[in-house]
Amino acid sequence: MSGARTATPRKVLSALFVFACALCVGLALVPLAFVLFFVVSQGVQSLNVDFFTHNPRPVGEPGGGMANAIVGTLMLTGLAAAMAVPIGILSGVYLSEYRGSRFASAVRFAADTLNGVPSIVIGVFAYAVVVLPFRHFSTLAGGFALGVMMIPIITRTTEELLLLVPNALREGALALGATRARAVFTVIVPAALPGIITGVVLALARIAGETAPLLFTSFNNRFFSTSLSQPISSITVQVFTYAISPYEDWHRQAWAGALVLVTIVLVCSMAARFAAARVASIRGQ
Amino acid sequence: MNPPLVKVRPVRQPQSDIPDSPPAGEAETLKIDVEHLSFFYGEKRALEDISIKIQPNMVTAFIGPSGCGKSTFLRTLNRMNDIIPGARVEGRVCVDGQDIYRMGVDVVAVRRKVGMVFQKSNPFPKSIFENVAYGLRINRLSSNRSELAGRIEESLQQAALWDEVKDRLHESALALSGGQQQRLCIARALAVKPDILLMDEPASALDPIATQRIEELIYQLKAKFTIVIVTHNMQQAARVSDFTAFFWLGRLVEFERTDKMFTAPSEKLTEDYLTGRFG
Repeated sequence: MSGARTATPRKVLSALFVFACALCVGLALVPLAFVLFFVVSQGVQSLNVDFFTHNPRPVGEPGGGMANAIVGTLMLTGLAAAMAVPIGILSGVYLSEYRGSRFASAVRFAADTLNGVPSIVIGVFAYAVVVLPFRHFSTLAGGFALGVMMIPIITRTTEELLLLVPNALREGALALGATRARAVFTVIVPAALPGIITGVVLALARIAGETAPLLFTSFNNRFFSTSLSQPISSITVQVFTYAISPYEDWHRQAWAGALVLVTIVLVCSMAARFAAARVASIRGQ
Repeated sequence: MNPPLVKVRPVRQPQSDIPDSPPAGEAETLKIDVEHLSFFYGEKRALEDISIKIQPNMVTAFIGPSGCGKSTFLRTLNRMNDIIPGARVEGRVCVDGQDIYRMGVDVVAVRRKVGMVFQKSNPFPKSIFENVAYGLRINRLSSNRSELAGRIEESLQQAALWDEVKDRLHESALALSGGQQQRLCIARALAVKPDILLMDEPASALDPIATQRIEELIYQLKAKFTIVIVTHNMQQAARVSDFTAFFWLGRLVEFERTDKMFTAPSEKLTEDYLTGRFG
């Protein structure tokens, strides 16, 4: 075993590659670290109880918060999920069950294209479909725009996870006298459920941070509102408004809003992972 | 060594001279009666002109080299091949005198009557209880919880699994050992009270002790069920079955009482296979 202790070219090369991989991981994490560092360090200073319990004050008046925007973001994402989760999961089931069919290929292509459409374009679409007929901005329109963005993400995730379920489970159900639909909804979808839950929450996290589709759908609202047919404030639009303003006080509020948004997304992701892990552990997967 | 090319003659159905078995050939006592069955995957013919008569309350074993069509044939008996795109069947498969491939036959009813256990155990990712309950629930076979629990216990007893799992019915089925999972799948199939149980190499992935348990189980179950088992293990066929069918290249070469087949096969091809000259 000559060279077992000496640095052979093979070992040097191996070490080089490991180093290169580690370096790339580090580089990829740098932006994330900086974003988190600035959001936390800047946001924490202006974060207080008032921020969660008060609505925005007029310029020049100190204090105030984003209570209306936090509620607004929750309502908008909730509406989007209510619309996109059933449609997305059912289309995913369709794609995986009829994967060979022409229509399924067309739907898959459409979903992938929709996934790549810039979010501002989806906002324009929602403006044309929901805002114009009702003649004003509304929560509904904002939720619709976000829902349209969510559908293709959930559809494709669901499809891919369902395809991972072993065919043996389907055969087992059919051999017991299950119809095809029954086998799908009582065996195959439940088997993929932990993954589907994670997929849905990741989609929620993604749309919770969207600003562009809300600018001319839900617009913004300086007052507290829970009406579906009225404009509503959201954290992202509020952060945008504050960040481009010339006022120092508003800039601080924008940082705090960004921190709250990041925290909401983080908590959601963790909750989803926890829920998926629980579902999986109950089944012993 | 290549198998000898022998012209396959029409297969004689075995004359049953087992004292307590019903005489062969009478339609009303036959459990499964297959006539001139051919099966195609697209253009490829996988089974050619198979006719076989399977007796009730007997264990019939299908043997033959890999790819000879024995599993494909087994899966035509409960129309499990229906889900394969491009699959096509010619001929007749009668179960209790009814052609299961006739137009308008309810395939769900066929599969309820003809249960199946697969080569690889496939418990659902649910609890042990829910696995056995599945067939009962989807077929609405129990009206209340205590009846459901009763039938689940009965099925697990029949599959010789009850004593091992009775204290952990609500734990995951995936936590069971391989042999236990396979017996759970048998219990799940028995719960819906089928007439016929098809077993596709049920012990091929199991260790010798688990295999022995499954074989003992087959021996006990034949009092109540008609069992058809595919195996690539000739000793297993000799141990558990009453009748043996030897398949080769998509054809049924010989169908005979097991003791006769293993001592005095009438086809040269069968003899060569059984003595290990090919396959």
